[in-house]
Amino acid sequence: MIDRLETHPHDVLVIGAGGAGLRAAIEAVGAGASVGLVCKSLLGKAHTVMAEGGVAAALAHVDERDSWETHFRDTMLGGKLLNNSRMAQLHAQEAPDRVRELEHWGAVFDRTRDGRILQRPFGGHSHPRLAHVGDRTGLEMIRTLQDRAVAAGVTVYMEATVTHLATGAAGVTGAFGYWRADGRPVVFPAKATLLATGGIGKAYEVTSNSWEYSGDGHALAYRAGAELIDMEFVQFHPTGMVWPPGVRGLLVTEAVRGEGGILRNSLGERFMWKYLPEDRRHEYAATDQEAREWVEALGAGRSTEARRPPELSTRDNVSRAIYIEVREGRGSTHGGVFLDISYLPADLVRRKLPSMLEQFKELADVDITTGPMEVGPTVHYVMGGIRVHPETGAATVQGLFAAGEVTGGMHGANRLGGNSLSDLLVFGQRAGAGAAAHAARVPDAPYVDPVQVREAQRELDRPLGATDGEDPYRLRDELQATMQSLVGIFRVKADLDEALRRILAIRARAGRLCASGPRLFNPGWNLVFEVHNMIDVSEAITRSALQRAESRGAHSRLDFPEADRKWGGLNSVVTRDGERMRVTTAKLPKIPDELREIIQPLGGA
Amino acid sequence: MADVRMLVFRGVPDEPGSFAEFDVPAEEGMVVLDALHWIQANGAPDLAVRWNCKAAKCGSCGAEVNGRPRLTCKTRLSDFAPGEDITVEPMRAFPLIRDLVTDVSWNYEVNRSIPAFAPPEGVPQSEWRWQQEDIERVQEFRKCIECFLCQDVCHVLRNHEIENPFIGPRFLVRVAGLEMHPLDQGDRVDYLKDEGGIGYCNITKCCTEVCPEHIKITDNAIIPLKERVADRHYDPIQKVWRKLTGGGKKRTPLPVVERRD
Repeated sequence: MIDRLETHPHDVLVIGAGGAGLRAAIEAVGAGASVGLVCKSLLGKAHTVMAEGGVAAALAHVDERDSWETHFRDTMLGGKLLNNSRMAQLHAQEAPDRVRELEHWGAVFDRTRDGRILQRPFGGHSHPRLAHVGDRTGLEMIRTLQDRAVAAGVTVYMEATVTHLATGAAGVTGAFGYWRADGRPVVFPAKATLLATGGIGKAYEVTSNSWEYSGDGHALAYRAGAELIDMEFVQFHPTGMVWPPGVRGLLVTEAVRGEGGILRNSLGERFMWKYLPEDRRHEYAATDQEAREWVEALGAGRSTEARRPPELSTRDNVSRAIYIEVREGRGSTHGGVFLDISYLPADLVRRKLPSMLEQFKELADVDITTGPMEVGPTVHYVMGGIRVHPETGAATVQGLFAAGEVTGGMHGANRLGGNSLSDLLVFGQRAGAGAAAHAARVPDAPYVDPVQVREAQRELDRPLGATDGEDPYRLRDELQATMQSLVGIFRVKADLDEALRRILAIRARAGRLCASGPRLFNPGWNLVFEVHNMIDVSEAITRSALQRAESRGAHSRLDFPEADRKWGGLNSVVTRDGERMRVTTAKLPKIPDELREIIQPLGGA
Repeated sequence: MADVRMLVFRGVPDEPGSFAEFDVPAEEGMVVLDALHWIQANGAPDLAVRWNCKAAKCGSCGAEVNGRPRLTCKTRLSDFAPGEDITVEPMRAFPLIRDLVTDVSWNYEVNRSIPAFAPPEGVPQSEWRWQQEDIERVQEFRKCIECFLCQDVCHVLRNHEIENPFIGPRFLVRVAGLEMHPLDQGDRVDYLKDEGGIGYCNITKCCTEVCPEHIKITDNAIIPLKERVADRHYDPIQKVWRKLTGGGKKRTPLPVVERRD
């Protein structure tokens, strides 16, 4: 039966063609592997294209005091020390080379006055560190990587969805999926399979993420027996659009604050002064005047002793601040706060933030050079994900690798802006090399179990044959509403218990999902498989959030408002136990003394 | 706000297809893509629509709205007169897959044929320097989000008037971005003339008009490239010079494109 199916064997199969998948594919094909790259959308449309502000790397072009050690320390402190310290170290050390490499492949970053790659400030970073192209850095990166991958000989399978990983005695041996265009099944046997599927934002109502972000890789890995860690850590980006309704959640880049954007409530108060954490307050300006001096120095390209504005606090902190301001009645009419960059020269705003200018003009009738934007928190990123080996990207199941947002560990309890684009380059490269090396050690052609293929085909067909079942759009909406209202920025046991009860009820109904229409590019049918994935990740987030009885980074428990030293040493671990999901803890890998010394001077631990 | 009457093309290849009518409740700020999503969730769950970012950054959701190629995520319902019907059709230059979705894979085949960025050998990257002014034009071209609306509107591609290859405005823009890169050492002039078919463009500027990124495709990309081709191939002095020096680099042959089936 499997012989009659369309089959494309490869040494390395990469699932997901955002930055991490593309970078991994480039590395693997360079190592001599035959590489297949599967993506749900057209090539070059993956979520990386929406990254705006920049890629963090300690190039030290703008501030020569920057170093990998400082980048490492910022990342660990931003992650509330829950990061895998080896990953954070590799990331800080290798990001500069990974960025320079892009330039070698044709990327055209903005320049300093002496003609080198320009860097901009971002929240939680001690120095201007983000290499960028205006506010469309992700587009530049994905186009550069896409052209490089195609030129290097990667075989790309566009608009195909993977629904199952094949497993056997040798671990993961490839994947089963279907073409979105015509619904035909397709099998990809592989010696090594690499997940680079991004995040989970579509499990929530208000998100900056596109439809693709349905937690596919998290769910595929979980079902194949891999460990997921720290799933309770979901990043709310502080500044999403709040109006008009159709664009609610759409990202407003942190670069607005990086260039000097000021947050105010409806009373006109610059409220971030109130919310700076005491242990890091000394890193921020003390007065409006000092913050203004910092912004002016930045614009003029001169160095300054002034410290950065309070709006450049970490994302978890700014999101909580906005949430509290709105909850206490100091929000805008549409339930947000005001972000203002209009006090800067219009010309500068046009040059530095062209796509924000366009976005607000076209979609909200707001001219950001003359007035403020209305913004509020939006689900943006998941810090948790597949547990991987830092050096090789190997998951805890043989033959399975992962890179980028789908992995956990690198960012701890909260990710710094700009660290995801560098993460996907550094660990895309490492996982691509790891997968290619693994494939080279596998002597035989990969074996895909025909029994599993038959079962996967049955599951693919089932929704189309069914009548009078559950509507995938409605079930998705119910799940999103549950996560949005009960597993949001602030959490409490009673809410989380209720969320879990609802998710399990939704899961019970999901077996009866049905779809009408043909197999040809049928979004209702396609959504069925994504709903299953969103249910898995929603349950993992909720169970992990229930278990972690403390507040840390992006995980804020009203019933446990303080960080707890004991929990600071523990990862949450989600594994599959038959048909049940099991949540436990594991001890965080020890931070070696030489790395601890880098963190300590700022009083981190 | 009142309901908006939407006429949405429904159909599959080799059949005539038809327009389905939907009355969509309009909200403030709503765009055409919002309306299509409303239709999917309320009556036509299988309506085929390609989209991703919904923020005019990925270029997936191009269609012809009242006859004009546009990004549906950026086209506000309020752009149309009250009571005016809004017709949505797929891009007509490409083969239909279903409803509003077309097969744009031809564009990816063309893209593969373009000689890649070629940095100088022997200049260590640590010494690469260029000024912001040097790259502003290249950055304009690199803003392209590959929505293929320019390809859709280009009459050379749309009417299939020619037998010979023509890569279309999108890929002339990509070549321009490479050719005008301050460090690129590649030579794509012969490629432009032959495989690229640049001579077929007769600068009607339709592509520039529909570009959602406001790239001045004709003026800033195509015309300067045409001048480069003319200088080399149609300037008699240059011609003699090339004969004497043996000029011109080797041409990159079009690669064989693997078909999916």
